[in-house]
Amino acid sequence: MPVDAILAETASMFARDMWPLHLWTVGTGIVGNAACALIGCYLVLRRMSLLGDAISHSILAAIGTVFLLTGSAQFIPIFIGAIVVGVLTGFLTQLFQTLADVPEDTSMGVVFTTLFAVGVVIISQFPQHDLDVTCVLYGKFEFVSYTKANVFGYEIPEAMLRLGGSLLVTLGFVFVLWKELKLASFDSELATAMGFHSGFIHYLLMALVAVVTVTSLESVGAIVVIAMLIVPAATAHLLTDRIVRMMLLSVLLSTTATILGYLAALYVNSTMSGMIAVVAGVQFAVTVVFAPTHGLLGKGFNNLRLRLRIAREDILSRLYRMEESQTSAAKEPVTLTRTQCRQLAGGGFLGWLSLSAMRRNGQVVPAGDDHIQLTAIGRSEGRSLLRSHRLWESYISKHFDLDADHLHEPAHRVEHYIGPKLQEQIEEELDVSSVDPHGKQIPPAENASKQGE
Amino acid sequence: MAYNTLIVLIGTSLLGAVSGLVGSFTVLRRRALIGDALSHAALPGLCIAYLIIQRRSLPILLLGALISGVIGVFIVTALRRATRVKEDAAIGIVLSVFYGAGIVLSSIIQRQPTGNSAGLNRYILGATASMIRQDVYFIGGVAIFCAVLVFLLYKEFKVVAFDPGFAEVQGWPVLMIDLGLMTMVALTVVIGLPAVGAIMMAALMIIPAAAARFWTNRLSVMLLLAAAFGLATGAIGTFFTAHFATLPAGPGIVLVGSAIFVISLLAAPKRGVIAQSLRLREFRFRVLDQRLAAELVEAGGSATLQQLLTQRSWSEKQLNRSYTRLEESGVLNSVEDRWTFTESGRKYGAKVVRAMGLWKLFLSEHPQLASSFTDLDAETVDETLPPEIIAELEPLLAQQTATGESHAG
Repeated sequence: MPVDAILAETASMFARDMWPLHLWTVGTGIVGNAACALIGCYLVLRRMSLLGDAISHSILAAIGTVFLLTGSAQFIPIFIGAIVVGVLTGFLTQLFQTLADVPEDTSMGVVFTTLFAVGVVIISQFPQHDLDVTCVLYGKFEFVSYTKANVFGYEIPEAMLRLGGSLLVTLGFVFVLWKELKLASFDSELATAMGFHSGFIHYLLMALVAVVTVTSLESVGAIVVIAMLIVPAATAHLLTDRIVRMMLLSVLLSTTATILGYLAALYVNSTMSGMIAVVAGVQFAVTVVFAPTHGLLGKGFNNLRLRLRIAREDILSRLYRMEESQTSAAKEPVTLTRTQCRQLAGGGFLGWLSLSAMRRNGQVVPAGDDHIQLTAIGRSEGRSLLRSHRLWESYISKHFDLDADHLHEPAHRVEHYIGPKLQEQIEEELDVSSVDPHGKQIPPAENASKQGE
Repeated sequence: MAYNTLIVLIGTSLLGAVSGLVGSFTVLRRRALIGDALSHAALPGLCIAYLIIQRRSLPILLLGALISGVIGVFIVTALRRATRVKEDAAIGIVLSVFYGAGIVLSSIIQRQPTGNSAGLNRYILGATASMIRQDVYFIGGVAIFCAVLVFLLYKEFKVVAFDPGFAEVQGWPVLMIDLGLMTMVALTVVIGLPAVGAIMMAALMIIPAAAARFWTNRLSVMLLLAAAFGLATGAIGTFFTAHFATLPAGPGIVLVGSAIFVISLLAAPKRGVIAQSLRLREFRFRVLDQRLAAELVEAGGSATLQQLLTQRSWSEKQLNRSYTRLEESGVLNSVEDRWTFTESGRKYGAKVVRAMGLWKLFLSEHPQLASSFTDLDAETVDETLPPEIIAELEPLLAQQTATGESHAG
């Protein structure tokens, strides 16, 4: 498509008279999704994410029943029915668990698919009525701005009023039960022990999920509700460990997903609800990769740094051991070839990286062609490593019932993590045995050896 | 029966059977909802396959669905292993985002001139009645594949289903076995999508297996039962819904499955709710009988009802019933209004007192162990506690009794 055409299309999309419509629609979506994103934080923390999935399907049973009893799909009865069914979903799930030891996920799966089936069966008894199951799944987000109510002379979409109400209820719930929710989410047993019933909070949360779901269902559809209950909160959880920040981030992410999803859907002329879920998914995917501490890149980088440090330290301690075992009085310089070093470091790029870093740090210097030897700095570091290695061997041989030939392996792993302070502690605890279980000298601490000289 | 109905009947029965078989493993593996995730994650693949070939060719559409379903399951596994995202959230994310993408794609398809012939909507709610011979062949193929795979890798699947940690330590290739399992799940779900739709497919993967679990603790029996339940679910559901024009087949089938589940939940021997409450009742009776016997021992071998009533918080009715039971088993008889041990009853009383003493000591000596030695079925303390603990407690009990008697004396 030529640039002119794209520009023209974009211009028509944002034609002046369309502005209020777009704003109301996006605004409604933002409000509804914010409520989902807030509640979602608790669901994700409590590992109940799939409750949103379950309840939004179960609600079909409420819609069906209300339709069966009243012959119409009025909002208020459906709203009440949804809360009942939402709590019922949780209750039955728990009931099967306690009564007959059914695992939680199985129990939930049985309950919500059954309620969904009940709903579909009832609804399909009224083919002449305009009650479309797919509408519950997809919603009719595109049309929320068309049904308006008059509030104090202002024309406000009905959906905005409902979703605004559900957001207010959610906020009220969060503020009033802030401490209880926090405690129940992180440590429900402690919460119960401290005197407020975490089971009560559990059901309250379920009722709230039902409220949020049923108010959103008609306008944005089940898929967006499920996506907004889980995805922004899970994304936020990758970015922070603090619950306040997590909630703010979650709401922020749901807002950007709504706006971007809306624009993208307008652009490719497709379903808004699906697109919002997709954008939320993209945000999540980006976060999984790039999140500072919990992201894959960050973790990978930290792993790489650790591996490089271990590789360097292995080379240093190998060189130091060789110097130590050298018996001849001549004291020829002890060297390793570069190839040997690279093998020690795990070969390839890692080996090259470790060697060049060691030279930069002044731990080794080249000796002759293709060999390296320890500098004074390198020697003292190698000594410290061997010290922690042998201290740890002594420590585990004292406290665990291990054969002497099983001591090297754990010590070889742990030696990289024992700093001077811990070394001192172990030494005190061991009551200064200066020989390790294999009968080898444990090198004394740096300052102590200097005093000796 | 009409030819069409017969085709549908065979198709849904086979689908139910294979779902029960494969679902047993996911239920045991605590991954019941993976089928839910898979059936939703299949939608975008289906749409992409259609967009590429631009016509309704079942094998290719299903291949697309299979690929995106497998990618979805892979993402769930990768998220759980490599990030702090928990399994439930991972399933929810994959489910909603993939499904959202599927909706976007299907709305694009529907705008195409040929769009309506795609009939992609049937993959959401299913269109059981429109099942044709080719569908049945596909379902039959998948069923045979899964049955053979389960037969060949029975031991592998078994160990991973019950204790993946143990399997890993023992050196089983858990990841590969899981992969095999997930392949079966994916094939089954994808093949069932056009017939019963996403949600109902998730239900078929869970409900027959969950129902079969009540009846047995043996995997082989459970697999057969789950397959049989699935078969019955499909057959009865189709039979019913074919007779009532307004009943949609997919939900009808699921509701038959739910009925089987509820019946199993209530009526299964041992794990069923009724059997459990009966056992609990019997247990309560036994405890009451033992308390009565102990009380009588303390009272010196006999006591009146009035005396007993003042001792503890038990009702006259409870006591009378307990007496009747003990009289029937020859432990007690009535001597001038006093309940008295018979000759053999004395032995019973002594046994009960010893058991209670041992339990009290056990609880005070090893309170941290107590919860791992509760067994409603065990008749005596010697069955419940390991012999070495009893050997340890016996002398203590003897000592206690001795001091107790000297105090009393």
